[in-house]
Amino acid sequence: MTVLLPRPVTRRSVLRGALGGATVGLSLPFLDLFLNENGTALAATGAPLPVRFGTWYWGLGHTPGHAIVPKTRTAAGIEFLTECQALKPHHDQLNFFGGFNMPLDGRSNYTHFSGWVASRTGTAPSTNSEIPAPTLDLLVADHLSNNNRFKTLDATACGIARENYSARSTNSRAAAEASPEKLYARVFGMEFADPNKADFKPDTRMMVRRSVLSAVNDDRKKLMQKVGASDRARLDEYFTSIRQLENQLETQLRKPEANQSCAIPAAPRRDGAEQNMPQGLEVDTVIANHRVMAQMMAMAVACNQTRVFNMVFSDNFSHMRRPGQTYTHHLLTHEETPDKDLGYQPVAFWFNCRTMEAFATFIDAFANIREGDGTLLDNTLIFAATETNYARVHSVDGVPVFSVGKAGGRIKTGMHVVGNGDPITRIGLTMMQIMGVPVDNWGTRSLQTSKTISEILV
Amino acid sequence: MSTMRRAWRLTFTACALALLAACSETPKTTGAEAGMRLLTEPQYRQIIADVFGQQITIGGTFDPLVRTSGLLTVGASAARITPAGLEQLDRMARSIAAQVTSEENRDFLLPCAPADMRAPDDTCAAQFFGTTGRLLLRRSLAEDEVASLVRLANVATRELGSFHDGLASALAGLLVSPEFLFVIEQAEPDPKRDGALRLDGYSKASRLSFFLWGSAPDDELLRAAEAGELHKSSGLAKQVDRLLESPRLEEGLRLFFDDMLAFETIGRLEKDAIIFPAFSTAVALEAREQTLRTLMHMLLDEEADYRDVFTTRKTFISSALGRIYRIPVSRPDGGWMEYEFPEGDPRLGIATHVSFTALHSHAGRSSPTLRGKAIREILLCQRVPDPPGTIDFAAFNDPNSPAHTARDRLNVHSIEPACAGCHKLTDPVGLGMEHIDGAGQLRTNEDGYAIDASGSLDGFEFQDVAGIGPALRENVAAPACLVNRLYAYATARVPARNERKYLKYLEGEFADDGYRVPALLRRIALDEAMYAVKAPSTRTARVTDPVTGDPS
Repeated sequence: MTVLLPRPVTRRSVLRGALGGATVGLSLPFLDLFLNENGTALAATGAPLPVRFGTWYWGLGHTPGHAIVPKTRTAAGIEFLTECQALKPHHDQLNFFGGFNMPLDGRSNYTHFSGWVASRTGTAPSTNSEIPAPTLDLLVADHLSNNNRFKTLDATACGIARENYSARSTNSRAAAEASPEKLYARVFGMEFADPNKADFKPDTRMMVRRSVLSAVNDDRKKLMQKVGASDRARLDEYFTSIRQLENQLETQLRKPEANQSCAIPAAPRRDGAEQNMPQGLEVDTVIANHRVMAQMMAMAVACNQTRVFNMVFSDNFSHMRRPGQTYTHHLLTHEETPDKDLGYQPVAFWFNCRTMEAFATFIDAFANIREGDGTLLDNTLIFAATETNYARVHSVDGVPVFSVGKAGGRIKTGMHVVGNGDPITRIGLTMMQIMGVPVDNWGTRSLQTSKTISEILV
Repeated sequence: MSTMRRAWRLTFTACALALLAACSETPKTTGAEAGMRLLTEPQYRQIIADVFGQQITIGGTFDPLVRTSGLLTVGASAARITPAGLEQLDRMARSIAAQVTSEENRDFLLPCAPADMRAPDDTCAAQFFGTTGRLLLRRSLAEDEVASLVRLANVATRELGSFHDGLASALAGLLVSPEFLFVIEQAEPDPKRDGALRLDGYSKASRLSFFLWGSAPDDELLRAAEAGELHKSSGLAKQVDRLLESPRLEEGLRLFFDDMLAFETIGRLEKDAIIFPAFSTAVALEAREQTLRTLMHMLLDEEADYRDVFTTRKTFISSALGRIYRIPVSRPDGGWMEYEFPEGDPRLGIATHVSFTALHSHAGRSSPTLRGKAIREILLCQRVPDPPGTIDFAAFNDPNSPAHTARDRLNVHSIEPACAGCHKLTDPVGLGMEHIDGAGQLRTNEDGYAIDASGSLDGFEFQDVAGIGPALRENVAAPACLVNRLYAYATARVPARNERKYLKYLEGEFADDGYRVPALLRRIALDEAMYAVKAPSTRTARVTDPVTGDPS
């Protein structure tokens, strides 16, 4: 049976072991302990640099044979083909995971849905809307300390707030910030405390708000007695959210540590004018919004507003479109005639190329922020994935996944990891372990795994 | 109030006893456990507007709900509040509270003025929370609850140096409290039936009010609940009548149809500006308004047969919509005018409106499949299976295919076995609507090729989009669908197995009432079924491991 380890493992616990010839992750030490050995420290305080976790999502997979050169065994070196050329400069900050499968055990492949749900929750959904378990970003967020303003920060460049691939369950899925303006207002708006400002005075209004929320929390016991068991769980989640909000206020009542990496970005404006940026699914609009949101998200992370983030470039049905064209990206993947000479659907491929360019932009946003002796990307781990291998046929085996960043020196990069048909959950399990989540196996049914991808561990 | 509605009410009053006697023939139900549901975004907005007025603006984003049994309202019965969602609700609460206590609004929204603007005034605060708290929490507050809010306002006033800011802080707390955000129903022993439960008065009042008004109970309904009147047939009938006669019924019914017709996304409906230059967000929103106005006019003002909404030529048009419909609208004020599509115009009924046809299309073109699916799932409550995960799209990619129109392209669906099963449910319906393009505009050809817009729905054959309305009108599933959706909406849950006979009975009664919606609303609101609750299951809730999803 799969279990969460009952308590954190101490420093220098066993990192790896061999069982039946396979590499198995038994347990991992907490990240902060690890950082004392391998990370660098904040110049101002001597405290270890935090390691952050995030996800980046794109819809509709890759064009097989034109994205990454397949390999037969795990090895250093990723060979980028045309679709992924934009990633070439980031080779040393990436890992590519190919050949991992997604066994659904007879459950339907709910198109463009099963793929992301299974790879992020470890369980294949049994309906077209079920999210059967928390997504891995929330498991990481639950584990990391609550010393940041936001437990997670979610944004989507496609303008649709519900397109957030982070959820605790089917009925517990937060809306993502769906425009640069909204993301900016939430993070860098009135309630942002500039860590580099000399004077800091706790805001009386926040103290009052904390008291108000505390009073709301006082009713917990009385209310719990009023409802049945299933509703108690829902109320419990509500009160957890209240505590999270209280914690958020707590952090804002403390003077933030001086932070040289943190620089408040300019408010997003269309062409510098006093107008909001355009919204919509026209591809250039999505790309422009994503670029701005990527920079904002990176700065939110650098300013220690959150340690966990989720960024969506395009939705799982990728409704992106080009002006004047009747076909969206999604429709193209099914109905565009492949070019005989090229061997692929040229316009769908064009969208895929733009998507990988956007991915490179996102990586740049983190790589361009200096932190300690390196960059923010050195202290970040990003799980970048999609929901299908080849959208044209909705295949979920071989879904491409990247990891980005060095996670504070805990992960090797520049590797092409070959799954050989192993469950895709091995990637999520390894990511969580790198982030210090005390989990020794993850997933259900054929997606259950205890096999850490040890080849990428430092 | 229309003459017809008044007449109906008189008839009802005269026949009250007969109707109550008829109740004895109503199939018995045991309902489901008392529930707890999150306020939906429209309900939240409606409550704030009802309690504080339309001038209060509400920004922010609500966590998405899962559409369940065709309704977001039903999905709300399982919805949870995420940390990010609560943060948004907290921001909205503070903004609302600040507006309520602002200089512009305080004189008419607060029942009193403090003796000193910069000091606490417990008497005034108690007066405010006693009345406002009752409307927001949908029950009277106990003395200690009012005292707690007053204390909170008192402390906040001292900290902030302003009575109104202090009051706003405590009000914001009330607006983010679980008893405001969730409608938490309570059951109590039924004195008429040994060992059985019934909803308590407040819970009944909430069910009734959210059903008919889409909002919280008003003062009078709460009074009736407190007096125990809702447990008596005559008391319940009096309140049901009052709610049905209120102008607020229209708002409630609009919210229901907005939910049933899945209009919540129409505000961000995108169309390609080059292909459909006449379409805009404003057009999309006015298209929704057009359909809702048409429904309200037909169903409430004219008390028409529900099935006629699928064939009516009557509607309402605004200037923005005139460009899409290609109708000159001489309303310089940008307002609405009644309009009747002329004989020969293929626009018949709400399924041919821009709201429906544009919503169920792609950004750059129509979609017979999406339209067929929407007709079946939204208007007929039928289930179209999910597409299989492994489809060979090679047939769609044939470079030698002579596909010029949607019919040509979708022909592959009928010859590809993996597709045929489901697409035979959707495509013949949607292809019959091809004389309306992706933005809801009439057309006869696609890229210069004549469109064959013949279609069929459950054996009803038609030649073009003018036939979809009659096909729906004659489909027995259409009124049955409305009955089922309305009942699910009233109880905010998926109907239980023990309610199937009752729903069949209700469908029959709807037919006997000439498919008049006000009569259906009244029947549902008066029947015991809507308020039936049973004891909680003794089975332990299934607890799963948060990481693996395994039972633990």
